[in-house]
Amino acid sequence: MRYEKDFEMEKIMQLDFALVDLGLYLNTHPEDDYALNLYNKIAKKADMCRMNYEKNFGPLCSFRSYCNTNSWNWINNPWPWSEKSNFNLNPA
Amino acid sequence: MWIYEKKLEYPVKIKKTNPALAKLILTQYGGPDGEIGASLRYLSQRFTMITPQAKATLNDIGTEELAHLEIIGAIVHQLTRDMTPEELKKSGLDAYYVDHGVGIYPANASGDPFTAAYLQSTGDPKVDLYENMAAEEKARITYEYIMRFIDDPDVMDPIRFLREREIVHFQRFGESLMYVQEELANQKVFPIENNPCSNKNCSD
Repeated sequence: MRYEKDFEMEKIMQLDFALVDLGLYLNTHPEDDYALNLYNKIAKKADMCRMNYEKNFGPLCSFRSYCNTNSWNWINNPWPWSEKSNFNLNPA
Repeated sequence: MWIYEKKLEYPVKIKKTNPALAKLILTQYGGPDGEIGASLRYLSQRFTMITPQAKATLNDIGTEELAHLEIIGAIVHQLTRDMTPEELKKSGLDAYYVDHGVGIYPANASGDPFTAAYLQSTGDPKVDLYENMAAEEKARITYEYIMRFIDDPDVMDPIRFLREREIVHFQRFGESLMYVQEELANQKVFPIENNPCSNKNCSD
C-alpha cells in the first residue's frame, strides 16, 4: 500500500534524478541550450514539490528546508534506509 | 562540503529476507568494484584533474556514488531483517554475522574488508580517466553477475537502476577524456617536464 507521502516523494525523486542526470550531461555539454532550459524548468518544479513535501511531512535537509523550524523535526523517523519509509516504483 | 538529503536516490522496499543474496550484494558496498571505492577514487582524483568539464564530472559522479552506497546499504540492511540462526547458517552469511552481526560493514562478498588498494589516483588526468572508464565497466559487470542470483523483483528493481548508472558514468568519463586530450594537445607550456613535482597545470 502506498500513502500520499509516497506519491509526493516519488515526484521529488523523479525530478531530482532528472536534475542529477541532466547535470552530469551539462558538465560535458555546457553549451547545449535545450538541456539547460530543461534543467532550469525541472529545477523550478522540483523546488515547488520540495516545498510542498517539507511543509507537510518534515525536512529533507537539516541545513536548509521549507519546513516549520519551531521544533527540530530533523531527527524524526523514518530514515531513508528503512523498509517502512520506502515504496515500490514497479510493484510486482 | 556536502549536504545530506533525507531520501534515497532510488527507493528500496524489500519485503522478503534473503541473507544469501545480501552476502553477494555486499560486495557493491565494500568490494573491489563497489560504490565506496568508486566514490573515493573520483573524489580523490579531483584535486589534480584538468579542464572544468572533467573536474565537475569527477566531483559530481563521486558524489552520486555516495548515494549509491546508501542504496546498497539499504538493500543489504533490508535483506537481513529477522533472520533465524538456521537461515543464517544455510545462507553462508554466518561467518559475517560472527564478525559484524547485522551491521553493514564495507567488505566484499567473501567478507574481506574494504581496502584503498582497490583504487588508484595517479595525478595524471588521462591515466585517471582511463582507470575510471574501466572502473565503471567493472562495476557494471559485477551488477550483471549479481543479477543472475536475484529472483525477487523488489531487489532487481534498484539493482537494475544502479547498473544503468554505470553506463551513463562510463559515457561521461569518456567525454571528459576527450576534453582532457584536447587540452593537452593544445598546451604550449609543459610545466610538468621542467618540474615533475609541480601541480600547477591543474590550474583553476
